[in-house]
Amino acid sequence: MSMQAELAATAAGRAGFLSETAARRIEAVILPLAALLAGMIAFAIFLAFLGKSPLDFYLLVYKAGFGTAFSWTNTLARAAPLLLAALCVALPARLGLVIIGGEGAIVLGGVAAGAVAMLMPGLPGPAGIIAMALAAAAMGGLWIGGVGALRHLRGVNETIASLLLAYIAIALMNHLVEGLLRDPASLNKPSTAPLPETWRIGEIPGLGVHWGLAVGIIACIASWVLIERTTWGFAARIVGGNVRAAQIQGLPAGLLAIGFTALGGAFAGLAGMFEVAAVHGSANASLAAGYGYTGILIAFLARHNGLAIIPAAILFAGFEASSGLVQRRLALPDATVLVLEGMVFIAILLSDTLQDRFRFLAFLERRQK
Amino acid sequence: MTDDIGLWGVPLAILGGAIRVSTPFIFVSVGECLTERSGRINLGLEGTLVFGAMSGYAVAYHTGSPWLGTLAAAFAGLLFGLLHGFICKLPRVNDIAIGIALMIFGTGLAFFFGKPYVQPVAPDLPAIPLGFWSSLPQVQAALNMNVLFIAGIALAFAASWMLKNTRVGLTIRVVGDSADAARALGINVNRVRLWSTAAGGALAGIGGAYLSLYYPGSWNEGISSGQGLMAVALVIFARWSPVNCLYASLLFGGAGALGPALQSVGVTSGYYLFYAAPYVLTLGLLVATSSRTRAMPSAPGELSIIK
Repeated sequence: MSMQAELAATAAGRAGFLSETAARRIEAVILPLAALLAGMIAFAIFLAFLGKSPLDFYLLVYKAGFGTAFSWTNTLARAAPLLLAALCVALPARLGLVIIGGEGAIVLGGVAAGAVAMLMPGLPGPAGIIAMALAAAAMGGLWIGGVGALRHLRGVNETIASLLLAYIAIALMNHLVEGLLRDPASLNKPSTAPLPETWRIGEIPGLGVHWGLAVGIIACIASWVLIERTTWGFAARIVGGNVRAAQIQGLPAGLLAIGFTALGGAFAGLAGMFEVAAVHGSANASLAAGYGYTGILIAFLARHNGLAIIPAAILFAGFEASSGLVQRRLALPDATVLVLEGMVFIAILLSDTLQDRFRFLAFLERRQK
Repeated sequence: MTDDIGLWGVPLAILGGAIRVSTPFIFVSVGECLTERSGRINLGLEGTLVFGAMSGYAVAYHTGSPWLGTLAAAFAGLLFGLLHGFICKLPRVNDIAIGIALMIFGTGLAFFFGKPYVQPVAPDLPAIPLGFWSSLPQVQAALNMNVLFIAGIALAFAASWMLKNTRVGLTIRVVGDSADAARALGINVNRVRLWSTAAGGALAGIGGAYLSLYYPGSWNEGISSGQGLMAVALVIFARWSPVNCLYASLLFGGAGALGPALQSVGVTSGYYLFYAAPYVLTLGLLVATSSRTRAMPSAPGELSIIK
């Protein structure tokens, strides 16, 4: 429906004060924002019922997530993996595939980076970083691209398959990190060998946040260009609208599905590499930090639009960054942010039912003329 | 170990594991089976299972009765099912996405309210020692059957019979196969799906109560390792038949017991890989039973995952 409808709308809608295209654009921004607000209000009511002050909660979130230069640094560092994890959901989603196992690609991407460091520690710094990035992206791409391939070749449901693979990935990581890839010196927390000092990824000058943030933002912008401004993206959107119609048009729906899932998985794998090379210094169980699951929510909030993922990821990074302070000050459990995320997620999906109301308004206005 | 039965311990432990581990699978998959037969999929049962485990444990701790706990878990699951069913009634809402959101929401709520219950000890659900005839402790342990396991077997057969032979079952099947046909018959499609989802949620809640009140028998944040989700996948493998769900659950329980069983006879390397066996098995079965070209036989026609 999208393309023809959009063209028809621009042709027909100019007469009205609120053209249909404009209405559609406004709707695409206002509806998710309203849903976000509704979710946050629902959570405020939830807190009030428990006798906690919602005002204190949101003030603390603001302070700990966005209030000071230090909190911004913390928030942006958390945003880096979330940006890439959200792309792992958003890119396949444009083809109509709901992939929720990005966590698996993050974890195995990190392990791949750790393994490269153990296999060829002799490489000079930049070459080592490139080798880690390639290995992590390839690993993540294979993992999630495999889900796309299963979907295409066998008709396996991608949502369930990807989540099962996430559990398998975490088991595989534990197996490797406690066995084959274990650094004997890591006693309390089994890890791969620490990366050579020159392989560590540093901070963006003046920002205090590692380069993963820049890579994440570039990946989001590139994904937006790919989807909205290239023939590949156009084909993907057609497939997402109606697979059978796309196939009749001769579009390679299967190849697109594999390609977009693999690309999303490669981004998630990179997120794991940055966690290893810029944050932890070696691959271990800390890789399964739940970024993949928060990424699902961010992608849905952003309506799978690469550019919108950037503010959405920063917002939820701020929520998660404030978690510690909220726990201490308000004596709330650490799952508080999870409840908030669940409520916002439900509100966002509920807002889908309000879609097209704006266009309906524009239609009415035109009829009245 | 006084009675050394050597490698025989492995199949015996797997049998025991199948009996112990399969119960949550039975309840969640039979529940999901009802939901999917009405044409909707609820991926949120993982969250329902975890919340059921928490609420069942909390109520059992406060009242001292594991049965009241199980009842509370069923009620909580019912509410989650109603929430899913109610939201999906609205136009243009995606039932798979809502399921994912409820998975996060249910787990989050369970962890949120469950924090104070990690330490206290709640009473366990009773088990029937059906291995009394044997002098071997391994046999006795393997055949120690929980009441809920037996209830689960009865439930699977009852649900199959209900779907085949009753008016309610027929209504659910018609709604699941063709919403238009159901509407033509004057059936309120949304209401049938709402209550099918609610029933599925209640059963998933009971499955959760089994986890926290019998095996492993305590509440903590790692109580479910994706059983709720695997049970959903299992329904596809079981071809939407509750009795097949029972058999598949037993198979899964056995696979889940493989790691601990091998460990008990001294095989410790690759522990994590054996731990992953149920997931690998689920995925393998999913791949083997799916098809690109043919619609799956006996799949409800309205189900979004097979379209």
